[in-house]
Amino acid sequence: MPEFEPIVGRYFTMDVAGEACRIYVEEAGSGIPLVCLHTAGSDARQFRHLMCDETITRDYRVIAFDLPWHGKSNPPDGYRDREYQLTTDLYKEIVMNFCHAFELQQPVVMGCSMGGRIVLHLALEQAGYFRSVIALEGADRLEPYYSLDWLHRPDVHGGEICAAFVSAQVAPQSPDNYRWETLWHYMQGGPGVFKGDLYFYWHDGHFDDRSPLIDTEKCPVYLLSGEYDCSCTPERTQATADRIKGSSMMVMPGIGHFPMSENPDKFREYLLPVLEQIKG
Amino acid sequence: MSRDVESIITQIIQGVNGDAALVRRGRYVNLTFQLGIDNHNYLVTVDNGRLTDIQPRLLSTETGVFSVRAKSEHWHKFWLPVPPRDYQDLFSMLPKQYAQIDGNVLPLMQNLQYFKDVLACGRMPQEGAANA
Repeated sequence: MPEFEPIVGRYFTMDVAGEACRIYVEEAGSGIPLVCLHTAGSDARQFRHLMCDETITRDYRVIAFDLPWHGKSNPPDGYRDREYQLTTDLYKEIVMNFCHAFELQQPVVMGCSMGGRIVLHLALEQAGYFRSVIALEGADRLEPYYSLDWLHRPDVHGGEICAAFVSAQVAPQSPDNYRWETLWHYMQGGPGVFKGDLYFYWHDGHFDDRSPLIDTEKCPVYLLSGEYDCSCTPERTQATADRIKGSSMMVMPGIGHFPMSENPDKFREYLLPVLEQIKG
Repeated sequence: MSRDVESIITQIIQGVNGDAALVRRGRYVNLTFQLGIDNHNYLVTVDNGRLTDIQPRLLSTETGVFSVRAKSEHWHKFWLPVPPRDYQDLFSMLPKQYAQIDGNVLPLMQNLQYFKDVLACGRMPQEGAANA
């Protein structure tokens, strides 16, 4: 028999905006639920290293799912006649429906990039439900620096351009194999999906006007930012932390926008103390 | 810039044309683009992924399809063996406008990783690393 990884992947169907969506989910470990949200335009494979890390999985049930339209989760029926666009409300609904479908009690939710943004919304609106939120590369506001139209047009290869755009955000110190694995996920994204995600991340999901309302006594907030992230920069994360009283902020030297997948060995050095603190 | 431009250009040409995988990725690229360093512009000609010519731009009527420009102080950081943050990639230099791209950028976008890797060929090798 092959030596299997401890990750188990399954499919289930859940309601998303009144439609049945077939969702792919992976998990490993037992204990405190740790729901992981992937970056825009990618999928849950980004978290595979966490799920194979016994130091984490002996205390945490690590769960990562592909958002609808991403990875091995289906887009809804009739997708070919729609333009995908992730909104703040839809994103919150998806995460909450997922957690309720799994009947998770007091989970920790950790998201990266746009996932790091939505967890801040959840820290405010679902403070009684989540034990804690961890925002990786998750500022409460960002400014666009390229036109999203390049990401979905017939004369530019969608997978190639998405990967080439985000390759700018990987730290030079990250191992080459993990760098290119991270980019492979982007090369495999569906047409227009990264663009649709960035609608949330760059436009609809701004939250700096309400992030000061987060009560970190009710729901602790951890912000971890990679030094080489040129989108959600350490400065933007610091500004977010300054607005969220009581939040914990850390810059991760030598890491870019994809800590869990571009340099998992380095990332765990920063994540483990946070998980230890949350465990109490 | 601590290194002279000529040696960087030579390194870029040798780096690209000596990298069969990079040439293969650029095999559909046939054009001339401008590389700007301070106020000096160079016309870089690409032929099926190979760099066949890099010449100073002497006349206004000589031009490229698109241009990539930055100040020498920014290129210097970009070409360090381990660039500091914001300088690790052409596109990481855009948010703070350390680099500018102009012109018809469609072929740049169609071959973005190729062009980024071409420019990165000017990067100094890390100490102890084998010469390519």
